[in-house]
Amino acid sequence: MNNFTYTTAGSITAALQHTKRHPQAMYIAGGTNLLDLWKYNLLHPQTLVDLNGVPGYHTIEAKEGGGLQLGALVTNAATAYHPLIEQRYPLLSKAILAGASAQIRNMATNGGNLLQRTRCYYYYDGDVPCNKREPGTGCSAIKGYNRIHAILGASEHCIAVFPSDMCVALAALEAVVQITGQQGKRSIPFADFHRLPGNAPEKDNALQAGDIITSIDLPAKEFAHHYSYLKLRDRHSYAFALVSVATALELEGNEIKEARIALGGVAHKPWRIPEAEQLLQGKPATAESFAQAADKLLEGAQGYPHNQFKIELAKKAIIRNGLMALHPETQLPGAQPSA
Amino acid sequence: MKTTPAVGTPLSRIEGKQKVTGTARYAADYNVPGLLHGYVVNSPITKGRIVQVDTIPALAVEGVVEVLTHKNRPGLAWFDLQYTDMDAPPGTVFKPLHNADILYNGQPVALVVATSFETARYAATLIRFVWEEEPFDTCLQNHPEKARPAKKGFATALRPPPPKPTGNFEAAFANAAFTVDADYRHSTEHHNPIELFATTTIYEGNGKLTIYDKTQGTINNQLFVANVFGLHYKNVQVLAPFVGGAFGSGLRPQYQLFLCVMAALHLKRNVRVVLDRKQMFSLGHRPQSLQNLRFGADATGKLTAMSHLAVSETSQFEDYTEQVVAWSHKLYPAPNTLFDFKVVPLHLNTPIDMRAPGGCTGMHAIECAMDELAYRIGIDPLQLRLLNYSETDPSTGKPFTSKALKTCYLRAATQFDWFKRDGRPGVTTRGNKLVGYGMATGIWDAYQFPARVEAIITAEGKLVVHNATTDIGTGTLTVMTQIAADAMGLPVAAVTFEYGDSKKPFSMFQGGSAITASTGSAIMVTAEVLKKKLLKKAQSIPNSPLKNAGMEEVIFTNGTIRLRQTPRQAVSFKQIIAANNGKPIKTTRMGMPHAIKLRKYTKATHSACFVEVEVDKDLKTITVTRAITAVAAGKIINPKTARSQISGSMVWGISKALHEETILDEHLGKYINTNLGEYHIPVHADINTLEVIFAEEEDTLINELGSKGVGEIGLVAMPAAIANAVFHATGKRVNKLPIHFDELL
Repeated sequence: MNNFTYTTAGSITAALQHTKRHPQAMYIAGGTNLLDLWKYNLLHPQTLVDLNGVPGYHTIEAKEGGGLQLGALVTNAATAYHPLIEQRYPLLSKAILAGASAQIRNMATNGGNLLQRTRCYYYYDGDVPCNKREPGTGCSAIKGYNRIHAILGASEHCIAVFPSDMCVALAALEAVVQITGQQGKRSIPFADFHRLPGNAPEKDNALQAGDIITSIDLPAKEFAHHYSYLKLRDRHSYAFALVSVATALELEGNEIKEARIALGGVAHKPWRIPEAEQLLQGKPATAESFAQAADKLLEGAQGYPHNQFKIELAKKAIIRNGLMALHPETQLPGAQPSA
Repeated sequence: MKTTPAVGTPLSRIEGKQKVTGTARYAADYNVPGLLHGYVVNSPITKGRIVQVDTIPALAVEGVVEVLTHKNRPGLAWFDLQYTDMDAPPGTVFKPLHNADILYNGQPVALVVATSFETARYAATLIRFVWEEEPFDTCLQNHPEKARPAKKGFATALRPPPPKPTGNFEAAFANAAFTVDADYRHSTEHHNPIELFATTTIYEGNGKLTIYDKTQGTINNQLFVANVFGLHYKNVQVLAPFVGGAFGSGLRPQYQLFLCVMAALHLKRNVRVVLDRKQMFSLGHRPQSLQNLRFGADATGKLTAMSHLAVSETSQFEDYTEQVVAWSHKLYPAPNTLFDFKVVPLHLNTPIDMRAPGGCTGMHAIECAMDELAYRIGIDPLQLRLLNYSETDPSTGKPFTSKALKTCYLRAATQFDWFKRDGRPGVTTRGNKLVGYGMATGIWDAYQFPARVEAIITAEGKLVVHNATTDIGTGTLTVMTQIAADAMGLPVAAVTFEYGDSKKPFSMFQGGSAITASTGSAIMVTAEVLKKKLLKKAQSIPNSPLKNAGMEEVIFTNGTIRLRQTPRQAVSFKQIIAANNGKPIKTTRMGMPHAIKLRKYTKATHSACFVEVEVDKDLKTITVTRAITAVAAGKIINPKTARSQISGSMVWGISKALHEETILDEHLGKYINTNLGEYHIPVHADINTLEVIFAEEEDTLINELGSKGVGEIGLVAMPAAIANAVFHATGKRVNKLPIHFDELL
């Protein structure tokens, strides 16, 4: 770990001023990913600006006319267990709790969750080629061991996936990311926040240098009655998703009025195809309907030697999770072991 | 009044409080004045050489004291033999920083020594190497033609080469009424004990070193250090009072010990070297393996032919071998057999024993093949085992010292409710889950090594026992205390077992589930002699009530010697010591295996494991919902610590069957999931009900204790039982480990 200067920012303005003077400076909030990358000798911050003390972003507030504002500095744990989240946006609570470990969720912040780097093995090994880490060096995963990699939206430069569970739910809920940058405030709809690798896999999202996420806003639509988050992985906890699905439904009887489906573990960003959701409008909430939506969501999916299974698994997961969303209180028929 | 026997009681770990309160000190926990910290640099290339190394930028960092590489390391022992250790396989031992050659990815190539760990780790990133890379080969499957028999050597004693063929296998297999022909593949595994490998070397001056090391063998490492660095072995003390798991990775001196001692001697300073988690994947590993099994049975289900061929990886410099193929013939009597074990040298580090080495590899294949054969024949898998049950060792015809495997089968099956199982695959369901029941057999050697024990009755009439063994978390301290207490007729509270120190009397490394039998038997032998000494001294007391009593006429109980017939007539240990002018009475004895007597017997532990799995009908996610293992391992000294050994092994079995593997990228020639986030071992959510049954054997032959050791047997049967349960649930056989749930899609 290199020597570095450490500053605590007392306000967003102060933090921005600091990064203006030191363009290489990095922000730290929970630090759960940054410190790992630093210890692995992959990042070498010369200046660290600690945002944890910035007042005004540590709470979850109800907005007028519906919706919630999630402060960027609220921890993932505090968010998942917050009564407003548990009651009104239970899909988000479930997704957060499916991720990481209790210890990590206690440290990790909501803003930081959006900025996790991929868990691609090759990204974490500074001695091997990786276009995300060192643009132009090549992608070790394409010809290597790609079990955990993308089946959708990948490019010849990068097949890494975005690891967050929370963001899959935020995508389904159509959250909006609030940002303050050197040019002032702006909002980015969740679908536009993370990006596909294309020919610039080093760039994970739409943030500009110096930008600070201040909050994540949830729209008024809560999907508190029919929702489910299903995460499939190589052990039953503390593993990143091979495939995960966030499903939120608005039903009238058994008829779907509105549907949201987002996939995790399959692409460089939470994967949502609005056309797939439109297909479900007015349809009965059945396995057949969800299968049709799944086909649309997975259109153009391309597997690699070790992750071909994800295409079929994702389809089955979408169908199952659609059915699970009908009765979220029982999570049946669920993926958990039966009692 | 008689002392209640301690052996057989579930005594809690004596050191338990220290461990859970964080006061137990491990190798990296000794803070001494002026301590320097070393950080190891590992090779990023797999094969080739270091052309150039520039350490100047690292040395320029404030706090960096020295950077050692092959260029500037001190002169060292010349001959390979001096680098060897008790567990070294045949070949040429790897010598860290010896020259510019790179033999495997992750090989240590430099040590940075600084005033803090963080400084050393940072400076390590500044060393500039120029590498010359050469083509390499790390893929086992691609090169079956490179397989060859392993060289033989000292360590081969515990790993005999494959048995010779018997009968005519090919003909018998061709004529068998039912046959199975299956291939099995296992991935690499790394031990990953929670405690990282670490050494703290205290430079005492005058050629003396005190070394706190993470090891399974204090004397093994003491001799290694003395030999390599040209020190008198009496001047090297290796201490390991607490070891946070090792599972075989501490059977050989690891490179942090070598580098730490080198730096301490070179700098004449106290030095500590701690590896990080990624570096833990550069130590030895359980090798990848390929196996082919062909089993044939006659129309009644009796095995007529068994062939078991295995190929395993080794390094370019040592021939590591395991006993993979010999097990089936120690269980099942088939007149025609064919066994072979070969190695393929790859550009990887030498593998090292990992819990039940070879046994859990071979038995997975054997017991899955047996399951498949049962389905071919159309009989219950347990019935097939019972049909082929042998009271004697079929490979030699010799009797076992004891074998309660049948009791294991029946008790575990009954408790499991096995007999209610519908044998048809894929028909038992629970909600949207397919339910599968699988079973398998386990077998493991019952080793005993020579061990030397010193036992002392102190002025207070208490007992102190000394032996160099470690306690790698298995409960050795507690178990030895129980054995010694009973042997001398003292309560546990009056006994101290001192261990984990190379200065203490001899112990082999703590491996092969052998320490309870080895040190425990040596305690029994030593106690007998000490008791005679005490009696003799007691008789020398004027008017001693024991005056004319022989050993058979007295009992040792609660710190006194009493006449068996008239127990009121007694002399206490304290009185005896007083009569000895207050001087402690001590004796030292060697405990040896009864080699000649036991030549007529086969020694083995056995187990039977029954597993229930649930597999999601659509998604195929697998959960081990219930598992029962019954173990026959002679006398159980401490049912609590023994149970922990078995249930811990069962967790490992789940891990081996469903989770654990080090992923080797063949293009890069290196392991890529080198952290505990991506190297998956089970978490709490993966573990459900685990039950342990001990089918105790009264074994009067095996050793003084009648005990066989439980460190590894709990793992042997579990992976096959899980794989068989997955088959029963789904009708799909996955013959590779770990089984990924998507392979069932």
